[in-house]
Amino acid sequence: MYSRTYKTLVSLPPLLWVGLFLLLPYALMFAHSFWAVHDGALVHQWNLHNYVTLFSKPVYVEVLLRTMRIAASVTLCSLLLGYPLAYYLSFRAGARKELLYQLVIVPLWVSYLVRGYAWKTILGSEGVLNGFLQYLHLTHAPVAFLLYSPFAVVLMLTHIYTPFVFLPIYAALEHIPRPLVEASHDLGAGSAQTFLRVILPLSIPGLLAGATFAFALSLGDFLAPLLVGGASGTMIANVVQSLFGAAYDWPLGAAISVCILIITISLLFLSERLEKRWSFK
Amino acid sequence: MSFAAANPQQQLSPELEALLELRGVAKCFGAREVLKNISLNIASGEFLTLLGESGSGKTTVLRLVAGFEQPSAGEIWMSGQRLDTLPPYKRRVNTVFQHYALFPHLSVRENVAYGLRVQKTSATEIGGRVDEALRMVKMQEFAASRPSKLSGGQQQRVALARALVNRPLLLLLDEPLSALDANLRKQMQGELKALQRELGITFLFVTHDQEEAMALSDRIALLRDGALEQVASPREIYEHPATAYTAQFIGQTNLLRGEILDGTARCGALQWPADGPSGAAIFSLRPEAIRLASDATAPPGTARFRATLQQQFFSGASELLEVHCDGGQLLRVRISARGPLSGEHDFIFSIADAIRVQE
Amino acid sequence: MSGHAPTRRAPLLAIYSAFVFIFIYLPVVVLILYSFNRDGVGGFPPRHLTFDWYRQLFADAPIWGAVVNSLTVAAGSVALSLTLGLLAALALDRATFPGKALFRRLVLLPLILPGIITGLSLLMFAVFAGAQLSLLSVFLGHGTALISVATTELFAGLQKMDRAQEEASLDLGATPWQTFWLVTLPNLKLSLIAAGLLIFTLSMDEIAVTFFLIGRDNTLPLEIWGRLRRGITPEINAVSTLIFAVSVALIVICYRVRTRGLGAEAQELLERL
Repeated sequence: MYSRTYKTLVSLPPLLWVGLFLLLPYALMFAHSFWAVHDGALVHQWNLHNYVTLFSKPVYVEVLLRTMRIAASVTLCSLLLGYPLAYYLSFRAGARKELLYQLVIVPLWVSYLVRGYAWKTILGSEGVLNGFLQYLHLTHAPVAFLLYSPFAVVLMLTHIYTPFVFLPIYAALEHIPRPLVEASHDLGAGSAQTFLRVILPLSIPGLLAGATFAFALSLGDFLAPLLVGGASGTMIANVVQSLFGAAYDWPLGAAISVCILIITISLLFLSERLEKRWSFK
Repeated sequence: MSFAAANPQQQLSPELEALLELRGVAKCFGAREVLKNISLNIASGEFLTLLGESGSGKTTVLRLVAGFEQPSAGEIWMSGQRLDTLPPYKRRVNTVFQHYALFPHLSVRENVAYGLRVQKTSATEIGGRVDEALRMVKMQEFAASRPSKLSGGQQQRVALARALVNRPLLLLLDEPLSALDANLRKQMQGELKALQRELGITFLFVTHDQEEAMALSDRIALLRDGALEQVASPREIYEHPATAYTAQFIGQTNLLRGEILDGTARCGALQWPADGPSGAAIFSLRPEAIRLASDATAPPGTARFRATLQQQFFSGASELLEVHCDGGQLLRVRISARGPLSGEHDFIFSIADAIRVQE
Repeated sequence: MSGHAPTRRAPLLAIYSAFVFIFIYLPVVVLILYSFNRDGVGGFPPRHLTFDWYRQLFADAPIWGAVVNSLTVAAGSVALSLTLGLLAALALDRATFPGKALFRRLVLLPLILPGIITGLSLLMFAVFAGAQLSLLSVFLGHGTALISVATTELFAGLQKMDRAQEEASLDLGATPWQTFWLVTLPNLKLSLIAAGLLIFTLSMDEIAVTFFLIGRDNTLPLEIWGRLRRGITPEINAVSTLIFAVSVALIVICYRVRTRGLGAEAQELLERL
């Protein structure tokens, strides 16, 4: 139905743009990861040095592992918060479902920076939380680990990504035909059984989508550590950032970025595979 | 004058101009051959129905004529000019879509005016023609409404008006009544037929409902697996089906398989004198052609057989009997309603009603 | 999905859900509250409520300069992303060409890839091309990264559209060009608005990609970021509260436009647009 001219006209501009502004830059980054820096200048000397450094130097390995741990924690916590919320809204909230849904969405529109900053003011030693605890005489001195720690990073990122995890899970739960739940009850299963045997399995694609999103984006986050992470909460993206800044080693930074890219893409593929296995149409 | 009145025979007689000609049209989707070598002429002013099961290719024929697909082979001509090389918006052909495809963001009036607007017709002329079209389908009072506010039947009328207002040479209708409920369907069938008669526009109608096809058409083109099985008037196709498939698809029938030997047809326990070369043969015998034998003698020109009643289905004016013949065949017999029957009975049928068909 | 399972009260779950809500909203509430606190951020409870920080904010020229910059970039990004995103969605929906699968993945990649990667790649590209970093580079970065948002939304809109309408338009004599403007675009109106709003918001809030592409002129997030490095002042609370208020206002408008909240005539007007 669509002529060749039509199809060419719609395909060419985005193809060219994406090729120039996405493919080429990513390719450049990939190329940079194989180059080196000598005496403060970039040298186009093809080698695998950067990757070797990344995986052998303890400082990098440690940060990488810490980052994965943080990302995993964020994903887990977001799921633990987001899933029950989605379940409650979808199955138990009744008439208020629509309103509550909008209320969950609202924070998504609030600036990331704003929310991170808010946590900073809450968790600080002079912050609101400490003030509150002392006001209630639960503590007598500021609790240190609240801010400038991996804990703070996990807390902030969980706060950011819980709504993101909520969305696909809610959508998946809403798609479950209610007659299935009724049939399960009819056959003798209680709420908990119905959840484990019917609702949870059918919601897995949404769960995977949300988890992938939270993990991938937490993995590459560099702002949260800068805001609330302190020295002990540095993540791999901060390392990259400094390599592109003061520490000036673009090739090494590129290599780390490529690794993050590969991890993200692998995660995507894995998630897609699993989603297909768990989607029953 | 309608096509049917001008042409009592079923085939397209040479004096009648063919408006549309399909010459050896074939269509493949990848490796799948959806249409195989279709050659068909449609006369000006005719109501022709493409009839077939889903997957028979009837909608594909329509889309080829409309211009949404290109033939893989063959040509389509209209009024003596090549049609298949033209894009859809240059053809004097309009379509009524199965699910109406009304523009939701336009009012009924704007929908109907759409074709005239894009052809840059003058505003005054548009106004007059749109009003006329809406009057034709009895939707004048809904002119300002949105399609979403209309019922299925009403949307269907608007779709019809939208197509007709452009005064096409040929109107294509893709199962337009299939989404309507039974009563509304019957009513719309009547209105469509009357409209076609009045306007004299050539209709190419697609349906899978053989009753609908028989009620509306001047001629029926029966499609089977992408090929034309038979093209004839409804009466002709019903009374003289060419193949077993046609006999079974149109109306109900009993297919009697047997052979002709030395001037006698033998199918199981049934036999009657028949012309034709000896060999295997299939006969189509309609249920209503069989009657209960009222006395012991078989009048000339009839055949007689005995069968046991298996099941009886009452349907108001008639009964449908399933009977088991001595030869083992199960036949269907339709007789006028007369109360429950049982046991063995004698049946007769006119030999002329046993039509020989091809496989 | 039809039918209604009776919603049985689940008190524990309700309480847990309430906690999650509190967790989600707490920082924002604290933020707003303390923007009125005379003694600045921190401590508890906040005393001496005042509008001082807001007064200081309104006199703060660099912030408003940054706001203008952000608005400009956001507006430009909406235009760029929507145009390219629409074309990409049409291409994915209707055309087949070698490398289509790769193209689809590439277009959607920036959605899930951490911003730092896209930002750094574009930085390398800018250096490679010998370009200066400025609001223009920021604009190009946002526009490119946000094509994915537009494509996703518009592709979904295309799939929902009744294909027969375009065929009907062609059938009635409109050329493909006319059909696009008279039928396809009106059907995509809601998707275009939704995508536009989302792109605008994301661009206004964008930091990760912007971080590496910024020149001398700051966008709002980066202006705030710079101040954060220097020290916390409640003025930042004030501007954050304002950002929050605007965001909420936008959502409410968006929501009301979508539902029957708007009068019937206004809705007709919107559909006519």
